[in-house]
Amino acid sequence: MTSQGSTPGRPPGAFASQSPSSFTEFLSAHSPNMLPGNRELPAGTATGEHFPHGTTIVTVTFPGGVVMGGDRRATAGNMIAQRDIEKVFRADEYSAIAIAGTAGIGIEVVRLFQVELEHYEKMEGRTLSLEGKANRLATMVRGNLGMAMQGLVVVPLFAGYDEERDAGRIFSYDAAGGRYEEHEFYSIGSGSVFARGALKKLFRRDLSEEEAVIASIQALYDAADDDSATGGPDLTRRIFPVVSVVTADGYRRLPDDGVGALVETVVESRMQSPGGPTAPLR
Amino acid sequence: MSMPFYVSPEQAMKDKADYARKGISRGRSVVVLQYADGILFVADNPSRALHKISEIYDRIAFAAVGKYNEFENLRQQGVRYADVNGYMYDRRDVTARGLANAYATALGTVFTEMNKPYEVEIVVAEVGVDVASDQIYRLTFDGSVADEQGYVAMGGQVDQVAAALKERFEEGLPLARALGVGVHALEQQDADRHLEAGQLEVAVLDRNRDHRLFRRLPAARIEQLLQEAGLEAPAEPEADESEDEGPSAE
Repeated sequence: MTSQGSTPGRPPGAFASQSPSSFTEFLSAHSPNMLPGNRELPAGTATGEHFPHGTTIVTVTFPGGVVMGGDRRATAGNMIAQRDIEKVFRADEYSAIAIAGTAGIGIEVVRLFQVELEHYEKMEGRTLSLEGKANRLATMVRGNLGMAMQGLVVVPLFAGYDEERDAGRIFSYDAAGGRYEEHEFYSIGSGSVFARGALKKLFRRDLSEEEAVIASIQALYDAADDDSATGGPDLTRRIFPVVSVVTADGYRRLPDDGVGALVETVVESRMQSPGGPTAPLR
Repeated sequence: MSMPFYVSPEQAMKDKADYARKGISRGRSVVVLQYADGILFVADNPSRALHKISEIYDRIAFAAVGKYNEFENLRQQGVRYADVNGYMYDRRDVTARGLANAYATALGTVFTEMNKPYEVEIVVAEVGVDVASDQIYRLTFDGSVADEQGYVAMGGQVDQVAAALKERFEEGLPLARALGVGVHALEQQDADRHLEAGQLEVAVLDRNRDHRLFRRLPAARIEQLLQEAGLEAPAEPEADESEDEGPSAE
């Protein structure tokens, strides 16, 4: 709160300016250096792989909601940078966000997005529509394009409960800020190819919440099976995927015990059939 | 060119203060009081859209009386202040004390530098882990800050409202009783005022909730709490006017 830039009839300084209800817009006017995409990078070589990367995220809809799960590994090149990183977050009461790519920037984008949604809600006295939230996130990803070009790519996955449709919806993004609505299920990150293949065989329209959680765990298992950057369930340290559910009752992160019990049944069945459940040929 | 009249600074400040007081006293009152689970805000405000009570941050809320556009402006600045600080440091580092200081500076600057002072009075309250760690700050139009204990009344006819609060307030009241005390106090604004659930704006900072502790109470819940309060209210030794008017709330 400095006395610069005062407007007659209003208190002076940054405390006073009449900007829209967007927190990001406010920051970009007053403290642009606090925004993730606004940093000058030295020109030249791509450096991305020296930093920890988040890997695989899966999301599965079921009637009345959506499940989002992520493995716990962050990798920097061939090193495991962290074995219990969390990549799935509460965005607000009715939505979840997860990140893949450069973890440092991703987590910063998530923090900014969380404040953005809450800020809008407090300023306007209403929550943004699910599509409004998804569009806000697209703008924020687009702001990171310069860094993405230099190898610091971060891609979020956004899912939430849409009150009007009484259904879970999924939005995916590309590094240029493209926003795409996905249907039924989706996966991002290095192991996403394998996870999506698994979900294609496991998904049904009438999954219950618990079945959707199991399908997510199976898909993450398959991703970890074939992608070295994705962490499988760590039964010795009891590190399990982070799984969250968004329904009409709001966002809920499943407790580790509950996920652990489901993971154990999945691992148990893989002892018999390492490839997991099989789909009928016809 | 004519010479402007000389006005002494004392006189100028006094005129501004009188002007602001007059503006504030025209409005309806708001009371803020501690109860067993946190802090209760009750406003005599029939509007569903224009709030006098609002959320600022996880544990902090804002209540105001006076000119709507002026305190709405202050509220928005407070939300920005809190969100910027919470984003820059950590959510725990946003405090009512810091916010009260920011408001004090802003109000003080307006009061001394502008021709027209803000006709507002505000309360910034932060709910703590227990009754002893709750904080309630009251800020007046000239930027002065008071650290209040237990309860605060602001707005028109504040003396009668505060007197009623002083008489009935007790520490650690359950929500229904505390609401009863607050509504009774607001009814003292006029001799024949009776407030129904629909005319009240009520919100709490409830320390037993998670994450964001601010919650508005819908009219149906206010109604229900007022009924409970009516049943539980201790029998008054001397019948006073508001009790006579109150059977519909019992």
